[in-house]
Amino acid sequence: MSEIISQYGTILLALACVFGFFMAYGVGANDVANAMGTSVGARAITIKQAIVIAMVFEFAGAYLAGGEVTSTIRSGIINADTAGFDTNPELLVYGMLASLLAAGTWLLLASWKGWPVSTTHSIIGAIIGFAVVGISADSVEWGQVSSIVASWVISPVVSGSIAFILFLSVQYLVLDTEDPFANAKKYIPGYIFLVGFTIAMVTLVKGLRHVGLDLSFGESVFYSILAGFVTMAIGYYLVSKIEEDPHEDPNNRFASLERLFGVLMIFTACSMAFAHGSNDVANAIGPLAAINGVVQSGGVFDTQSALPVWILLLGAGGIVIGLATLGYRVIVTIGRNITELTPSRGFAAELAAATTVVIASGTGIPVSTTHTLVGAVLGVGIARGIGALNLRVVGKIFLSWIVTLPVGAALSIVFFFLLRFIFG
Amino acid sequence: MSSVIIDLLGKSPVKPIQEHIGKTYQCSQLLEEFLIAANGNNWQQAAKLQAQIVEAENQADEIKHAIRANLPKSVWMPFARSDVIELLTVQDRMANKAKDIAGLMLGRKMVFPQSMAASAQQMLKLSIKAAEKAKDAISELDELLESGFSGKEIDLLQGLLNELDKIERDSDKAQVVIRADLLALENDLPAVEVMFLYRIIDLIGDIADVSQQIGNRLLLLSSK
Repeated sequence: MSEIISQYGTILLALACVFGFFMAYGVGANDVANAMGTSVGARAITIKQAIVIAMVFEFAGAYLAGGEVTSTIRSGIINADTAGFDTNPELLVYGMLASLLAAGTWLLLASWKGWPVSTTHSIIGAIIGFAVVGISADSVEWGQVSSIVASWVISPVVSGSIAFILFLSVQYLVLDTEDPFANAKKYIPGYIFLVGFTIAMVTLVKGLRHVGLDLSFGESVFYSILAGFVTMAIGYYLVSKIEEDPHEDPNNRFASLERLFGVLMIFTACSMAFAHGSNDVANAIGPLAAINGVVQSGGVFDTQSALPVWILLLGAGGIVIGLATLGYRVIVTIGRNITELTPSRGFAAELAAATTVVIASGTGIPVSTTHTLVGAVLGVGIARGIGALNLRVVGKIFLSWIVTLPVGAALSIVFFFLLRFIFG
Repeated sequence: MSSVIIDLLGKSPVKPIQEHIGKTYQCSQLLEEFLIAANGNNWQQAAKLQAQIVEAENQADEIKHAIRANLPKSVWMPFARSDVIELLTVQDRMANKAKDIAGLMLGRKMVFPQSMAASAQQMLKLSIKAAEKAKDAISELDELLESGFSGKEIDLLQGLLNELDKIERDSDKAQVVIRADLLALENDLPAVEVMFLYRIIDLIGDIADVSQQIGNRLLLLSSK
């Protein structure tokens, strides 16, 4: 039993809760907007609807499918055995607190400056930083870290490829046919099925143990197909209410068609919010979960115990409050500025990004939702779907990676030594 | 407030390209009234119309410059950047031809011989019709993009271009006739005047030619 933990355990945990909550708040205030703005910009949903959808599905994603990534951040990056936490468990507590502070500080600065910095990259950089300098380079699971970093390149590429294929399928099945409107009515429920199925599948296979539901793989597949059909039925109903109006917009023969795709975009907006919640909540509560584990066990770095539900709730709550107080303004701004992405493209980008992120969540890999969405939009662009894409953004993203990792690390090292100095 | 997604989605050049041809078409369309005024020796009205043509040509130029300025090499488009610039150059030529015709005729107070006035007007009408078809084709560009440049839309475009070709051929034929008319009158008119009348006939025919080129450029751009 570590003395520091028994003496300051409660204070440290309370601090972790506060920092973790603010981190989640920041995620809700900033990151969600990129995920939802696309749907708002395409006029598929209103701002109010976007906020309600974001609240419900961010929460559901964080709570139902946020466990895997959380456990990666909590205990997958640092190796407890080589780190020597048996003798000095407080080091982990300082380190995780320092990481939250470092990532939070960096994100504040970055969002003030308008840099495309990812929450995920910041927190991973910070954890690696304190582990290497504060403990030892051997304590870092470099294999795991390199697969995470690789996933940051792979996830945009994968989502870009999915978006490319999705948009090509739309061209083939709908746009390049005699009667696009009729074909859209026919095939859009199929895409909606995909949305429901993917989300349900990842949630059921990976997520629901902590709510007391443990399904076999076969059962998961069965219920996922069922969920797919249920969402499809809802979609079918919504689609059936939309009639073609040839005089709607004389300058655009595709105006009625886009209204159909607008229905699809309601569903992909939900999946996007769900995916974002499932992956990004971990950035806030992963460190908190690690600290809680040490404090509750009185100083044992225990990687096995289940993630307490209250921590997931704290993270999900933080996101929703951040969204409700600040995030909606960002959604308004983004929604107003993204007008080039019509529903027939926006859905492909969102569905591709959501699928990629949700699969990453299921496998416990922390990725950047925004960067994955950027990859997806580029994928639609390569399929000749978008009027103009500013490729300089890709360079900016690469630059932000290169800067974020060392800066996150350096900040967390500073905070780590500061905390060690304060608490001894 | 900035966002990567906002930054990523650049301004599509499609709408500005359509605005640009709107202006250049306006230039050629104004010629119709201009020629009536000129042939009727109504130079006050002709001067007013010429000023309108110059004004529209200037506006087209501004749009063209704005599009070019917004097309750095880092912008990725569903068509080649060089094709867009080439298309704009050809569209621009339509306005320039109209401006040249109006400027030349007003400057020299040129009038078509009485017997030719109607056929000149007729030939100009054909050129303007060709210009209108070119504008119609360009107005398909947003639908082409919307459909992801699908085969169906390209076929539709091809149909428009076939009509355009036909008008251009008609315009060529009209030009042959009007040149023959002028040849017959040549000896009774001042030589310099005749020279410039040939020049005007050329320029009117050029408008139909340029319209056809616009159509071909658009097809090239679409079927990248």
